[in-house]
Amino acid sequence: MEDTTTREAAWTRPPGGPHRQTVRLRVDGRDRTLEADTRTSLLDALRDGLGVMSPKKGCDHGQCGACTVLLDGSRSLACLSLAVAVDGSEVTTAAGLPTDGHLHPVQQAFLDADGLQCGYCTPGQVCSAIGVLAEAAAGHPSHVTADLDADVVLDAAEVSERMSGNLCRCGAYVGITEAVLRCASDAAASAASDPAAGGAR
Amino acid sequence: MRPFAYVRADDAAGAVATVAADPEAGFLGAGTNLVDHLKLDVERPGLLVDVSRLPLDAVEDVEGGGLRVGATVRNSALAADRRVRHDYPVLSQALLAGATGQLRNMATTAGNLLQRTRCVYFRDVTTPCAKREPGSGCSAIGGYTRYHAVLGASSHCIATHPSDMAVGMAVLDPVVVVLGPGGEKRIPFAELHRLPGDSPERDTVLEHGDLITHVEVPAYPAARNSAYRKVRDRASYAFALVSVAAVLEVTDGRVADVRLAFGGVAHRPWRALAAEELLRGQPATEETFRAAADAELAAAEPQPGNAFKVPMLRGAVVAVLRDLTTAAARAAGTGEDR
Ligand SMILES: Cc1cc2nc3c(=O)[nH]c(=O)nc-3n(C[C@H](O)[C@H](O)[C@H](O)COP(=O)(O)OP(=O)(O)OC[C@H]3O[C@@H](n4cnc5c(N)ncnc54)[C@H](O)[C@@H]3O)c2cc1C
Ligand code: FES
Ligand code: FES
Repeated sequence: MEDTTTREAAWTRPPGGPHRQTVRLRVDGRDRTLEADTRTSLLDALRDGLGVMSPKKGCDHGQCGACTVLLDGSRSLACLSLAVAVDGSEVTTAAGLPTDGHLHPVQQAFLDADGLQCGYCTPGQVCSAIGVLAEAAAGHPSHVTADLDADVVLDAAEVSERMSGNLCRCGAYVGITEAVLRCASDAAASAASDPAAGGAR
Repeated sequence: MRPFAYVRADDAAGAVATVAADPEAGFLGAGTNLVDHLKLDVERPGLLVDVSRLPLDAVEDVEGGGLRVGATVRNSALAADRRVRHDYPVLSQALLAGATGQLRNMATTAGNLLQRTRCVYFRDVTTPCAKREPGSGCSAIGGYTRYHAVLGASSHCIATHPSDMAVGMAVLDPVVVVLGPGGEKRIPFAELHRLPGDSPERDTVLEHGDLITHVEVPAYPAARNSAYRKVRDRASYAFALVSVAAVLEVTDGRVADVRLAFGGVAHRPWRALAAEELLRGQPATEETFRAAADAELAAAEPQPGNAFKVPMLRGAVVAVLRDLTTAAARAAGTGEDR
């Protein structure tokens, strides 16, 4: 990486023209527009371009999950998406999850279950957890699902496998897994009492 | 990172024409491999044609059996497809063994097939690598070889193909449908990826401007008894040290049909034809499985840093075939229509 920065200077950067484009996004419920160099990742567009600091840059190479956001509802890595390639999309970051001043149930579960220490990985963990719950509710299997024809039930092994793309340098994994499991059983309980609620989307 | 222009393709033919007309142009899928390589300066396109939103995102039934998988079907969608889970579990399992939930939600079928090696020297532009710069030599030979090839390598390159999905597909004999500047081509899956030889810069037989539009997986009832086993440094989220995809049909205790492919050990998904040949008609026992693995691995030429892969692969082959033999017996016992 150090070396690429030096190399970068050798390339001429034409102002405007085909290397800059207008990117329109709906971020945490607000329509946002920015002029971006085509090379800008969604993560840099959010943080540096729009001041949305909730998604974090851990590795910038798709390896840590700190930049996880919900892109059109699906958990994705902002560092490996080009901003121009997601023009027109809806982005939800952890900062956009609270409603009317109340934390999202998954955020609250992270607090209740001690699912964090320094908090750097947490916005990504929370977005990823919301994705995990939705994917499980939609019946998506995982690597540890024994019977691919059967329905999916989230247990600790399932949650660990599904959350493995989110690293936590503080090692808060026990609390993180517990938080996701509590949300899963809450979703199952509310789906049982009110079938219309149907768990996570 | 080199500056590039970006266009979003409206249709496949237009995307092909645009890339074919510009030697510095390339296709962009979800970017989970390519954007990484742009940042590392490993890839330096002047123009990216984004094909990730082309209307090729369906898994369709083919008349007479089989599935037609669009190039932009996401890895998570393909893995979760009920038909794939039931009829081709090896493919679902291979997909689910790869990367992470986020990456699988993003990654496309075509991009997964065409992802490039994870060789640390390929990814580091300060070291010689003949795959990145033809003729510059191979830094891995005599270097760090834990993730490198033991089969089919050359003195020019010992890189491995990192895809799990591709190994799962290899035992299903699909056809890769390609739209090129000269029209449509249908490439048997076994012919898509190359061995390095003296031109490791070419991973596949595709030419500049060739767009993968579909992968057609034929009907193959035996594949209901199939599995993918991946051996890696962590239980999750690590590339394969070795992996095995297998289909097994057992009749009266004998191997009626078998297909085997290995991952993590060669420049392409390695179809183990010698082992298959040896297994057919033989008793479905651990001795036969071990002998078949040994026959395929007789040609192995490991590096000092990856000799462990030979016994590891032998063990994985035996384990997968043993599990599939048990599953076949269970299905026969319950009279289940597997
Ligand atoms: C941290 C990390 C861990 C990973 N772990 C694993 C793993 O364990 N197992 C595994 O299998 N994979 C793993 N992957 C790799 C991942 O599976 C690939 O990055 C992904 O499948 C690529 O798909 P994409 O759509 O993003 O392709 P892109 O990055 O967009 O493209 C990849 C290549 O395909 C070309 N291309 C894309 N679409 C087409 C088309 N339709 N026709 C012709 N050319 C096309 C592009 O030009 C490019 O050269 C990992 C990736 C990361 C970042
Ligand atoms: S910053 Fe995106 S995965 Fe690490
Ligand atoms: S809480 Fe510190 S990195 Fe996860």
